[in-house]
Amino acid sequence: MADIIDTLAQIEPGSALDQIRRTRQQARDNAQRSFEVLFEPADPGTFPLAERYAIAAYTVSLQASESPAAAFYTELLEDEISPELAAAVAELAARDRRPGPYGEYKETGLAAESEPGPTVSYTPKHRPAVIDERLAAALEHAHLLSLHPRDAEPGHLRRLEAAGWSADDIVTLSQLISFLSFQIRVVDGLIALKRAKS
Amino acid sequence: MSDTPARTESQRPEGFTQDSLGWEPWLAPVAEVDLTEEQRAALIGQFRLKSPYFRLLVRNPDALEARTLTDQDIFYNVTTGLPRAEREIAASAASRVNGCVYCASVHTARATKESGRRDDVQKLLDEGVEADLGQPWSAIAQASAALTETPSQFDAEHIEALSQAGLDDADIVDVINGAAFFNWANRLMLSLGEPTQHQRREG
Repeated sequence: MADIIDTLAQIEPGSALDQIRRTRQQARDNAQRSFEVLFEPADPGTFPLAERYAIAAYTVSLQASESPAAAFYTELLEDEISPELAAAVAELAARDRRPGPYGEYKETGLAAESEPGPTVSYTPKHRPAVIDERLAAALEHAHLLSLHPRDAEPGHLRRLEAAGWSADDIVTLSQLISFLSFQIRVVDGLIALKRAKS
Repeated sequence: MSDTPARTESQRPEGFTQDSLGWEPWLAPVAEVDLTEEQRAALIGQFRLKSPYFRLLVRNPDALEARTLTDQDIFYNVTTGLPRAEREIAASAASRVNGCVYCASVHTARATKESGRRDDVQKLLDEGVEADLGQPWSAIAQASAALTETPSQFDAEHIEALSQAGLDDADIVDVINGAAFFNWANRLMLSLGEPTQHQRREG
């Protein structure tokens, strides 16, 4: 498939930015490969695509709602899985979006720099019915990693396990959210650079 | 439960440091003896084989391998673009803003090793990304910090400051890639385990 970062940042073949990106061909290829491994796996195993796309749409809408990436991942969820799920995820992201990164330091010498903030809890009462317990736990984790990763504690992984997430799938979930945090910043950065030069 | 490592009392460092730190996982890494051939290949090299962080990430070998190859090209391909130290400043600034004490320790130490400017690097840790680090470091640190904010605050002003500091477009793309990559790495290191004062060399 077409290079996703080029597509989202609208980098034309042969343009100056295309040529610059190709001086880091291995990084370019493996950013693309990361997308394919996480979102188009040959065998999604016990982590179905519906969950992957829902978590992606939520993560990107939380972190970069103005980016073309937010529309891309929301449409992916709508088209490939379900408009109802896409609407539910968009509702939660719009409600629980806020500037980041915030969070409390556990290092004693950094206490003065702590910025306490909300942790979301998607109990059945606080989420659309189309989102089940397992997906709710993953969305809570996506909120933590997206906006306040320094609040992370072992208990957050135990919460995922209690909702049915295996250790292998927790690693894939963590990679998925964290990779998107990279991808959207490359896209945002390249768009800003293009604009500044035009 | 086998996937939950036994925890000892936290031995977190007191704050940001250039010293070598350890990292304790909160989820069980794959034991070295249990690694499959595919997992061994995905670890790419001896030092990752010994690291609990990378042996945890190898639970998804394809994702780890793609991550590592992205990392290596962004930070170590110096055929063109920014020098190594400046790329490590981008990594360190992102880690400083996200609060990843472990990543900051590794990458500030590398910035010092590449530049010999230990005191300026320490200023970034002690005072934060607004510290006067001289140019182009200040422009790089502030641009990286802006890109790390959620949502990104990286804009024409940062690009202008980077240009004024002598960076061309290819150098600026290195800053974008370096800071963006640490928004990937910081989230993994912060959420899958914690730094310890226990000295153990890993990536």
